[in-house]
Amino acid sequence: MKKSVFLGTVAAATMVAGMGMADTLADVKARGELNCGVNTGLVGFAAPDANGNWTGFDVDVCKAVAAAVLGDSSKVKYVPTTGQTRFTALSSGEVDVLARNSTWTFSRDTDLKLDFVGVNYYDGQGFMVPKELGVTSAKELDGATICIQTGTTTELNLADYFKANNLSYSPVNIDSNAEGEQQYMAGACDAYTTDASGLAATRAAFADPENHVILPEIISKEPLGPAVRHGDSNWGDIVRWTLNALIAAEEYGVTSKNIEELVKSSQNPEVQRLLGVTDDLGAMIGLDKEWAKRAILASGNYGEIFAANIGEQTPIGLARGLNAQWTQGGLLYAPPFR
Amino acid sequence: MTDVSAPATPPFRLSMLVYDRRYRSMTFQVIVFVLVMAFGWWLVNNTIQNLQALGKDFNFGFLFQRAGYDLPQTPIPYTSDDTHLRAAIIGLMNTVIVSILGCIAATIVGVVVGVARLSNNWLFARLMTVYVEIFRNIPLLLWILIIYALFTEILPAPSAYRGEDPAWSMVLFDNVALTNRYTSIPALGLTNDPGSLELGARVSVSWALIAFMVVLIGGWMVRTALHKRAQQIQDATGQRPTTWWQTLAVMTVPSLFLIWFFGLHLLPPELKGFNFSGGMNVDNSFVVLWLALTLYTGAFIAEIVRAGILAVSKGQSEAAFALGLRPRRTMNLVILPQALRVIIPPLISQFLNLTKNSSLAIAVGYMDLRGTLGGTTLNQTGRELEAMVLMMAIYLALSLIISAGMNVFNSRVKLKER
Repeated sequence: MKKSVFLGTVAAATMVAGMGMADTLADVKARGELNCGVNTGLVGFAAPDANGNWTGFDVDVCKAVAAAVLGDSSKVKYVPTTGQTRFTALSSGEVDVLARNSTWTFSRDTDLKLDFVGVNYYDGQGFMVPKELGVTSAKELDGATICIQTGTTTELNLADYFKANNLSYSPVNIDSNAEGEQQYMAGACDAYTTDASGLAATRAAFADPENHVILPEIISKEPLGPAVRHGDSNWGDIVRWTLNALIAAEEYGVTSKNIEELVKSSQNPEVQRLLGVTDDLGAMIGLDKEWAKRAILASGNYGEIFAANIGEQTPIGLARGLNAQWTQGGLLYAPPFR
Repeated sequence: MTDVSAPATPPFRLSMLVYDRRYRSMTFQVIVFVLVMAFGWWLVNNTIQNLQALGKDFNFGFLFQRAGYDLPQTPIPYTSDDTHLRAAIIGLMNTVIVSILGCIAATIVGVVVGVARLSNNWLFARLMTVYVEIFRNIPLLLWILIIYALFTEILPAPSAYRGEDPAWSMVLFDNVALTNRYTSIPALGLTNDPGSLELGARVSVSWALIAFMVVLIGGWMVRTALHKRAQQIQDATGQRPTTWWQTLAVMTVPSLFLIWFFGLHLLPPELKGFNFSGGMNVDNSFVVLWLALTLYTGAFIAEIVRAGILAVSKGQSEAAFALGLRPRRTMNLVILPQALRVIIPPLISQFLNLTKNSSLAIAVGYMDLRGTLGGTTLNQTGRELEAMVLMMAIYLALSLIISAGMNVFNSRVKLKER
């Protein structure tokens, strides 16, 4: 009997694992709110401001999806998740979409039963060190103590990179970006490693950002994008095409400022289809005609979102780089809307 | 009237299951058993169905895949090319190490503080009360975090030891360096290294260590024999022979010989590059966790010890004093043996608590079982159910082993009733 009670407890603890298998779109509509898994606090990507309002690059993806599905970009419940809890939160149905700088990898897409619907930021892992250390290359970090967020792909990249270059290091495992920042600032580690965008965001929050350098080596490919549960393809389509709509909007010059005007005047058939002037693309994914228009109106097109949260005019100051449109030499390429 | 026939057994009726006292308890036990089993079956079945719906299977194969991550503290050799299983075993070893050292230290702290709280010195007793109340009434996680913060903020980075006029210098004759990452202590070196015994799976034990263990255990056995003989002589003649120098000799001379024979010496740590090397770096995460577990559990044990001592009636010590025993002997020979009977059972549960509380290690990045199997491995493989079930089974086994061991000890000290 003891054994069955024990197994029962295990089962109860994991029972939630299958509760999100229903129709996510219907669930979200019935709830009237989108549960969006975000970072616990990474300035520029997802962080609550002094009034508790979430802002950031990933947050704007949540807003766009909420606007497309529910017609109101404010109807989002932000669920902060750590590197350790994020995928469990998604597969257990606690969140409908995970927009939390998560790297799209083979095993996550297949074995973890997630679906990455696209890439909203092409990133790579880098290192940050204090300037006074005099280190100019990651290859000089032999024997260094390195702070690393546990449960992330960066942990594996770090092990691979140091092994490949025949260097040694001692890891300091930390649970969240905030803790990593604290340990790094106190000098408990020589270098802090995470995605280069995360490093820039972390450094921007320092009192003395000029005293820290991000080393030139980018040691991995980190395509970050929103993820949904495997098995609900329609919901995956909605999130995928909401993201694509934001990217396409920038390509066609549709911004939150000129969108109303373009709905009336644009002669570009692609823009007309995107904004629901001619074809009814929304019906194909269970939404209405103006879904993409609302998504773009939520916080602007991809370029506007980038510029407002992490662009060169912000303290984080990231250049577009790989994240420019394909027409500008970047990797952003939305499939056609037809 | 000798042939009283037994009353005829009434024929069995169904209502007797409820109204007949002979059957009633059985009936309810069966009902409860069936309900509990049904609930258990429902939960297991539900899990299986949900796993199927998610397209996941229940499979421990991931344990034999390449782990791919590095670990900061490894009692046995480990690289990122090893399997998740080896990482989990290292996590388990780290858990066991911090638990055993924590139990030992917490017992020492607990006994000292527990006795001190009963001291006649007013100030001393009150100070101990303050310690006990502060540590017992603040959550362990907060203690771990605050001690970690103190270590990180107060101690310097290794670079503070650098330069002509360093801000910090090593202590204990330049042997120990305290930093906000680790405490660097000297390693032990051997001039005549006898090599080591390979146990397989890249685990080896130095022959020198084995020699020391043999000598120490042998010395202890000789000591016990000497004492037994002394006791026999005392029983026979009333004169106890002097044994202290013999005891001292058998306990130290062979060890000193081995130290000379192997050429045992200290290798002090040196600052090279970013960090100290050459010595042994004991990570702060370990020290912090060990310290917090010790101080927290020590406070509980202190109360158990105090309760145990108070449970021995005052008449016992008065009788001992009346016989002319001095306070220390009264404590050792009269009070503590009786107090132990009260102390041991709750002490077992404190040891279990400490072991389970060690799973808070992740807060400071000490890679215990929760950090490896239940942390990084779980995250990288996405096998939540398997990792959790395995982890629960291991903690359960660990606790049962500690319980069993302590129960054996308890049955040795408890009152022998004849």
